[in-house]
Amino acid sequence: MSLLRRRRRRGGQDEPGKTADPEEEEEEKPEQRRAEKKKWSCLDSCCWFIGCVCVTWWMLLFLYNLMPSSFPQYVTEAITGSPPDPPGLKLRKEGLAAKHPVVFVPGIVTAGLELWEGHQCAQGLFRKRLWGGTFGSVYKRPLCWEEHMSLDNETGLDPGGVRVRPVTGLVAADYFAPGYFVWAVLIENLAQIGYEEKTMYMASYDWRLSFQNTEVRDQSLSRIKSHIELMVSTNGGNKAVIIPHSMGVLYFLHFMKWVEAPAPMGGGGGPDWCAKHIKAVMNIGGPLLGVPKAVSGLFSAEAKDIAVARAIAPGVLDQDLFHIQTLQHLMKMTRTWDSTMSMIPKGGDTIWGDLDSSPEDDYLPSKRRQNATDEAKDGSSEPKRKRKHYGRIISFGKDIAEADSSEINRVNFRGAVKGRNVANDTCVDVWTEYQEMGFGGIKAVTEYKAYTAGDLVDLLSFVAPKMMARGSAHFSYGIADDLDDPKYLHYKYWSNPLETRLPNAPDMEIFAMYGVGIPTERAYIYTEAPWAECHIPFRIDTSASEEEEEDMCLKDGVLNVDGDETVPVLSAGFMSSKGWRGATRFNPSGMKNFVREYEHAPPANFLEGRGTQSGAHVDIMGNFALIEDIMRVAAGATGDELGGDRVYSDIFKWSQKIKLKL
Amino acid sequence: MAAILRFRKLCFLEPSSPSSCNEHKKQTAKRDEKKLRENCDAGEDGLRRKGVKEWRCIDSCCWVIGLMCTAWWLLLFLHHCMPASLPGAEPPGVRLRRQGVVALHPVVLVPGIVTGGLELWEGRPCSDGLFRQRLWAGSFAEIFKRPMCWLEHLSLDNETGLDPAGIRVRASSGLVAADYFAPGYFVWANLIENLARIGYEEKNMHMAAYDWRLSFQNTEVRDQTLSRLKSKIELMYVSNGYKKVVVVPHSMGANYFLHFMKWVESAGGGGRGWCAKHIKSIMNIGPVFLGVPKAVSSILSAESKDVAFLRAMAPGLLDSEIFRLQALEHVMRVSRTWDSLVSLLPKGGEAVWGNLDWSPEEDHVCEWGTRKYQQQSKTKGNETDGRHSFQVQEPTKFGRIVSFGKTGSSPDAISSKPNASCGKVKTEYDEVSQETIQRISEERVYTADTLLDLLRSVAPKMMKRAEAHFSHGIAENLSDPKYSHYKYWSNPLETELPEAPDMEIYSLYGVGIPTERSYVYKLSPPGKCRSIPLQIDSSADGSHNGCLKGGVYFVDGDESVPVLSAGFMCAQGWKGKTRFNPSGSATYIREYKHIAPANLLHGRGLESGAHVDIMGNVALIEDVLRVAAGASGVELGGDRIYSDIMKLSEKIKIHL
Repeated sequence: MSLLRRRRRRGGQDEPGKTADPEEEEEEKPEQRRAEKKKWSCLDSCCWFIGCVCVTWWMLLFLYNLMPSSFPQYVTEAITGSPPDPPGLKLRKEGLAAKHPVVFVPGIVTAGLELWEGHQCAQGLFRKRLWGGTFGSVYKRPLCWEEHMSLDNETGLDPGGVRVRPVTGLVAADYFAPGYFVWAVLIENLAQIGYEEKTMYMASYDWRLSFQNTEVRDQSLSRIKSHIELMVSTNGGNKAVIIPHSMGVLYFLHFMKWVEAPAPMGGGGGPDWCAKHIKAVMNIGGPLLGVPKAVSGLFSAEAKDIAVARAIAPGVLDQDLFHIQTLQHLMKMTRTWDSTMSMIPKGGDTIWGDLDSSPEDDYLPSKRRQNATDEAKDGSSEPKRKRKHYGRIISFGKDIAEADSSEINRVNFRGAVKGRNVANDTCVDVWTEYQEMGFGGIKAVTEYKAYTAGDLVDLLSFVAPKMMARGSAHFSYGIADDLDDPKYLHYKYWSNPLETRLPNAPDMEIFAMYGVGIPTERAYIYTEAPWAECHIPFRIDTSASEEEEEDMCLKDGVLNVDGDETVPVLSAGFMSSKGWRGATRFNPSGMKNFVREYEHAPPANFLEGRGTQSGAHVDIMGNFALIEDIMRVAAGATGDELGGDRVYSDIFKWSQKIKLKL
Repeated sequence: MAAILRFRKLCFLEPSSPSSCNEHKKQTAKRDEKKLRENCDAGEDGLRRKGVKEWRCIDSCCWVIGLMCTAWWLLLFLHHCMPASLPGAEPPGVRLRRQGVVALHPVVLVPGIVTGGLELWEGRPCSDGLFRQRLWAGSFAEIFKRPMCWLEHLSLDNETGLDPAGIRVRASSGLVAADYFAPGYFVWANLIENLARIGYEEKNMHMAAYDWRLSFQNTEVRDQTLSRLKSKIELMYVSNGYKKVVVVPHSMGANYFLHFMKWVESAGGGGRGWCAKHIKSIMNIGPVFLGVPKAVSSILSAESKDVAFLRAMAPGLLDSEIFRLQALEHVMRVSRTWDSLVSLLPKGGEAVWGNLDWSPEEDHVCEWGTRKYQQQSKTKGNETDGRHSFQVQEPTKFGRIVSFGKTGSSPDAISSKPNASCGKVKTEYDEVSQETIQRISEERVYTADTLLDLLRSVAPKMMKRAEAHFSHGIAENLSDPKYSHYKYWSNPLETELPEAPDMEIYSLYGVGIPTERSYVYKLSPPGKCRSIPLQIDSSADGSHNGCLKGGVYFVDGDESVPVLSAGFMCAQGWKGKTRFNPSGSATYIREYKHIAPANLLHGRGLESGAHVDIMGNVALIEDVLRVAAGASGVELGGDRIYSDIMKLSEKIKIHL
């Protein structure tokens, strides 16, 4: 409109004879002009600007699309020098080809979940991902999302009217979020030597459920069994290579027991099912003996890993507005997930150490680096440092963590009266079991001061009785004295390697593959949280740090040891380096075990993305050395042909210290 | 805001020619100094405005785009704010659930041709970065980006009908394989969603995706698809408390599943009785049991409407001036490597499809829309259908599936050799001599029997390859041992149904849409780069009871499959105990009258009868849901027929 008007004005001005009084016009013009300009500048400029940005954007997009797809690679090569061939290409040149069918078993958190039936608020999300993918619904409707992701607090199964199910197929866990690979790199490399969907299978399952419940609700175990049988029979009888990751390792352990157990509780595959169908189990970063992280997650919803959720949605979780509530919401949700309890440290004090000693006592973060440069110095530097009490997985206060065991005056919390919470109805909407615990209970917990692995289960049962009641029906954390005891036929022992025997399959091979060289949570220093309404009464004391610069074992209230950032070396490596090595009572048929460690080397620059030599818990799936190992085994190699053990950490030394009847 | 203004100035307020200021000065020269000064200031201002005027072109472009973007975002935002579903008709799943219908039998969905997704697993360098991306279905972005590369990867080997060397394109798996064909264009999604409402999920619902380009037996040879389907059905049967499965094949999937049933009881190792043990019912949606005439025209000249799904997806590409001459050739070259197309050729020959003078549909009157049915029901009430018979003056000769009309070009026109200089796409027509083409056109008329000879002469390689996998005749004696060969398994007229007396077979299809039945062809006008010598004579129009339009004779059907092909087996061929159905499995016909969507909001309609859109038909969905929840065909209400299928079937004389 303004344009039109201006044009008319201009036309009038060009013909001076037409207007009656040119002077008058001159007078009035500046004002009008200004008015016009103002009109133009306000809304139109905005439009113009947006238009300009859009056009530029499209232009760039267009150029980007025109760009040959090899261009980024070319740039990377120009900067960093030509990268090594991806293992798929390399091995293909060597003549390797697909032989054994491959089964992937994803871990906790990394696999996608989608909605099949929901409440009113979840309309339009049918078969959309609630977990994995873009997490769009977390932002749009957080409470609705939380409600649908939670399970029933009593049964550990679906709440009424909600059905959230695992995504199936390779897409279930190839990428966790757009651009954040999990299995994708491995899949792509396997495809290069000839794998495709008929020879590759993603055994996705609902990772929130306890293992046996995945069978009860979804028949996940039956589906895996049937699929493995099918793949073995259609691939000319070549046995399958199983590749579980993280919690998938425990899940598959459970599967192996389940499949050979007789029908009502088990899969009825007969005692030689595993021997017939499985060539090798290649555990990647397996928390076979649990992870301390699970404890802090359950205790105060604070560990780093469960907070993958936090990393995904930092805004939502740490916003001031929500801050107090978010952790509780998170805790409320995660405490309905039985699977988190499968990763509570197993084996008690025998494995994880008691108040005074632990297998990793002599660990020095800087030691390995020193070792490489100057070995002689190693011996002399050791006596200087203070002993770390890794055995005290939770201790209240830094002084307790460092004190000698005789100085700690513990008051038993078991059976303590929890007292009545003064609490109030304001917190009822965000319900955690801390709500039912009064000051008495909180005090009792803090006064026990130091908790070792053996105490943890009791501690958790004390603070979260309902959750543990549900969990203890599905999981067990002890060490079996007599494996012939008929009670060990129950499924709750199947995922604990210290309470089950491996199947009778002498030709099967087990690999423990994990990253080393990253500080990994091992023990925590807790403090009582300042009292506030609806608050979790305990939290990690982030002020507790080591004074010395050099060995940073203790940092922000967390004692670290060697591991892959999530799983300590001990948990990932002990079974394969000692517990199952040779014919032990846990491995009666004496199947071969191999430990393959991958030293962590962070990516040199950001162009490499998450790196091809990473040892981190998830990023290791893009580690070329690991991929190569897997591919060789899938193409028919044995563990000995790979080169047997490959060890960088002190795992053998530490295992030796653990006195376990074998 | 200020920043924006400054930025704008920076970009576009170039000082325009100072001459304009001078002019301005000249004009105002007469006035006194003061005025001049003032004017110059104004002129400065004017200059700025002039600048505005000068960049108006590019500026208003930006402005318009900006406005559009903003409006679009606003609308998008409003759309997101809107409640997810407009209050509308209640979906059948919700209604049935309230009536207490819940998931009982596991469901297996078998997609048809074209609708299933294909993805790349290994390719040539030109396909870099497409690993595990969809080549077929989805957004079809690759057609536009690298059409040649795309065509190359979708083609199969011309000799073996399997992968060309160095290329592995595989069917997508899981429900996503065929829930949507393109974003927003549902295939199975509606049915899946409604099944989910009564309690289905992935443990009791399975999409039997297969590579629809291959011949049926080759899907087993290359991908073990049949074995996987067998294992999956067995698993679902066991893990759902020994409940038999309900199979829902669509389109070509019906033939595929027929093949599967024969395979599973012989080569698949399931043994006799496997089907009786594992299958409750087969609910064929728009089945192509006896083939479709459409397949003929698509093989002959790549012209039919359905393979021109392609065309619908990328109309610009296929009809643009640059590609115009070549596109059809490309389509033909690629589609002729797909064996599965041959499975869709009309089966049963003249006995089913009619001969030169006779066809079962001969007295069909083409009056489309619901009018016809209303009229029928009206005349049924009266004792005579006088008006009806009055209209039938002369039977339409549908039996002539391909006929060469009089308008064909003169002999000398064809003899001019096609110019080889334009780098044309090689199709098999290049190997067919001009004389053969000439002879073909002089033959004038082809029925379902002679058609195969025609195709053998124009597409020798394809037919040779595919006829090892498919057969199109009628069996004289089904106990002949030759019929145990797999090439007969997908032809319902050459196989017996498995021995499963309790199994039910449904034929669910739409009626009331004109469907291609036979074609009038002509020789192509000699063009420089044209290598397809035949094309549909789209100028042929005529009375023929109103059935001839644009060179195509139409009959009743669902737009792709004529009623005859979809319904005959259930109406007669398998009805009761026949030699094709020795154990007497019950058969039901459920027809769905096509009602076009009333307005745009209805999308593709809740009562559509079209070949693919019928998957969103509420009545059909309800039928499938009821059967899946345990109902039998009798409880559904038995047959439900609108078309003349019973009458048509009566006319077909096949020894049963």
